[in-house]
Amino acid sequence: MKLDAKIPDGPVDKKWDKHRFELKLVSPANKRKFDVIVVGTGLAGAAAAATLAELGYNVKVFCIQDSPRRAHSIAAQGGINAAKNYPNDGDSVWRLFYDTVKGGDYRAREANVYRLAQVSNAIIDQCVAQGVPFARDYGGALDNRSFGGAQVSRTFYARGQTGQQLLLGAYSALMRQAGRASLRLFPRRELVELVLVDGFARGIVVRDLVTGKLESHAGHTVLLATGGYGNVFYLSTNANSCNASAIWNAYKKGAGLANPCFTQIHPTCIPQSGEHQAKLTLMSESLRNDGRVWVPRKKGDNRPPHEIPENERDYYLERKYPSFGNLVPRDVASRAAKQMIDDDRGVGRTGLAVYLDFADALRRQGRAKIAEKYGNLFDMYHHLTAEDPYRAPMRIYPAVHYAMGGLWVDYDLMTTIPGLFCLGEANFSDHGANRLGASALMQGLADGYFIIPYTLGGFLAGTRLGQVDADHPAFQDARRSAERRISKLLSLQGRRSPVSFHKELGKLLWDHCGMSRNENGLKTALAKIPAIREEFWKNLIVPGSGSEFNQTIERAGRVADYLEFAELLVRDALERRESCGGHFREESQTPDNEAQRDDANFSHATVWEHAGEGRTPVQNREPLKFENVAPAQRNYA
Amino acid sequence: MSQPIEIMDVTLRVWRQKGPDEPGCFETYAAKGVTPDMSFFEALDMVNEELVARGREPIAFDHDCREGICGTCCLTINGQPHGPDQGATGCQLHMRAYKSGDVITIEPFRARAFPVIKDLVVDRSALDRVMAAGGFISVNTGSAPEANSIPVPKDKAEAAMDAAACIGCGACAAACPNASAMLFVAAKVSQFALLPQGGPERDRRVLAMQKQMDREGFGNCSNETECEAVCPKEIKIANIARLNREFLRAIFWSHEEHATVGAGQEE
Repeated sequence: MKLDAKIPDGPVDKKWDKHRFELKLVSPANKRKFDVIVVGTGLAGAAAAATLAELGYNVKVFCIQDSPRRAHSIAAQGGINAAKNYPNDGDSVWRLFYDTVKGGDYRAREANVYRLAQVSNAIIDQCVAQGVPFARDYGGALDNRSFGGAQVSRTFYARGQTGQQLLLGAYSALMRQAGRASLRLFPRRELVELVLVDGFARGIVVRDLVTGKLESHAGHTVLLATGGYGNVFYLSTNANSCNASAIWNAYKKGAGLANPCFTQIHPTCIPQSGEHQAKLTLMSESLRNDGRVWVPRKKGDNRPPHEIPENERDYYLERKYPSFGNLVPRDVASRAAKQMIDDDRGVGRTGLAVYLDFADALRRQGRAKIAEKYGNLFDMYHHLTAEDPYRAPMRIYPAVHYAMGGLWVDYDLMTTIPGLFCLGEANFSDHGANRLGASALMQGLADGYFIIPYTLGGFLAGTRLGQVDADHPAFQDARRSAERRISKLLSLQGRRSPVSFHKELGKLLWDHCGMSRNENGLKTALAKIPAIREEFWKNLIVPGSGSEFNQTIERAGRVADYLEFAELLVRDALERRESCGGHFREESQTPDNEAQRDDANFSHATVWEHAGEGRTPVQNREPLKFENVAPAQRNYA
Repeated sequence: MSQPIEIMDVTLRVWRQKGPDEPGCFETYAAKGVTPDMSFFEALDMVNEELVARGREPIAFDHDCREGICGTCCLTINGQPHGPDQGATGCQLHMRAYKSGDVITIEPFRARAFPVIKDLVVDRSALDRVMAAGGFISVNTGSAPEANSIPVPKDKAEAAMDAAACIGCGACAAACPNASAMLFVAAKVSQFALLPQGGPERDRRVLAMQKQMDREGFGNCSNETECEAVCPKEIKIANIARLNREFLRAIFWSHEEHATVGAGQEE
């Protein structure tokens, strides 16, 4: 596999301008001759589809939800970063770039991160113009708040529903184009096969989730914006339908998959209440602006929180990291919580939680102000737990939240398959080994609104692509392969549901490849996954047929892919014998138990290449060069 | 601190319908071993897991985020869209709202514009088409002015945000005796009418969205206020009053041709 990141030369702050000038253009009259397929309608997919349709391309958009407005970006709460420096507190494009590279523990590509910081301000402009109701101060100007890993306030927000408001902005832009017929929308469709013709991505086969029928769609290029793979852990903050199937199919067709072991465990989620639990719910990082994290000083102290006096509480983040306090990055906060719980100082019925306490903030600012900032989050907590966070501290616990790894892309966001682009959480590009809070929304919209419209034009104008339509033999082969798999899943008639396998896999991953990892555990997981997979293909049961609305067959297909993908994730974690960001190898830690990187051996992105069914995948490397931010041990103390 | 967890058994009466053109009926399922901290959907998951393990078709129901924000879930529980909890979606409902022995009836959202796909799953694409008709501000990517060059008074921004909180679930239409989607349309029209950015298209937006709403088979508002009562985001019917004012204003003062705006009609 040839990995050419195609990073433009020149100083980091001039690369994007230079590249935009050098990219070829598609003339306005020619744009309608190109058919663009976009899969996924989260921030990245909806923004890309709307913008490309505005430019004049023929766009077809696909989503698994019943409406594009329901993609999981909708659930993002806290905010979106930009380097506007409105608070006049020392922010700049350069500082956002620096914080992001450092926050990612020096495992991201500098050129991409700089570009992300550069376009961040235009995103805020665009969203405001679309009518996104961001929070404002009394003068009518936009308000900011702080997020983890930064000492400036650069996060724009719409209460605790920022993702919802940004997605509805992108969705409204998308629906405006759908109303004009320059864009065709295909909801309740799931990608089952990516189709390559002469080595180029030329279309997709989707399953219509209502009728079960397979459909072929041909185009000149395919954009995957299908989100992250966090649901491989079964319990995560992701929505039920989030899955890895599209990127896994692309991987099996030749796309490199980078750094799958870089998964983010979010420190502030509502703890699991029992075995029946289907998902975990996030409580926004923004709460750490005003909430203080603590556990009892004494081990096994099971008094209710209000009975524990101030001097018997350990505000451990403030103690360990005085300069960032409760606003340390997510990986650091999650590991610190785990250390407290491992030390038998966890709280609540299960002992698997720490407190996030607003008592001080409520005293200082009053209930009305706290409700204005976090009202919907407090309500959400109240609904789920039947406890009122205005009266008692929240109980929180870390949970799988975000995938930094994903399909490898070059500077143009193109995968190793020509003509296949990957945007948003589905790609690996900007967050290294740990994403900073409020940067996922920024990246999704940057990719969709401001990067792909340029780089896609460059590809289409610079490539000779013959005519391919949906009855090309490659589509017929892909359909046959999809049909075979569906009939196989239906024919097994065993005794176990897809969900039961998913739970088993998720528990194995969480135990051995979760918040902390070691060689023995990873080897155990690597040995057990094939056994679960084997049982899946013998003992699965899927009632009903493939030619109707059938949620069990949908789940079965996704679990089948997780059972393969999980093995790659664990293999990647095993091969990376260093700790960095969200990937914590117990063998590699500093004397104060922080992640210890090994830059001499691991300053690279690991890019996995499919070698055929049953074969060990090939490991490729993209070396990372740091010319502007010198890698150092991260220090938030 | 550990107390014994209460276990309860409830009975679910569930609407089962094979497909859009097939007749439907209620079927009864026992949900045994339910705990109060289980979500309502986790109790349904439990019933479904048992059905699948026995080779029977599980109850089809739409759900996704399970935290009340995506708007996918659309169950009518004991006659109430989204169930008994005020300001919450069905996916946020927990079994602590019930007691052992309860019989709980579950139906899909019912409205003429929401045909049943299967069991509890309905087609709400009508709402997308209403949005396509005018639920946007026309601003191409790249053409936006500097964000702080458009000051918005805080109270207006907050009121716009209250309206923008709509999750597009359609409970308003399901609760309305006229199956009207006025609250849904009003929320979007209000959000943009309250913001200076929405000004230029104010008239054509309200005319086009209203017209598309009628075309989709939603009824009209007769002030039943059921929509406000069930709205999981507590969108106020004051927005409908604003929608009506916007509509009248557009009809009497605007130069927009009522008949020529709408989906696919833009130049």
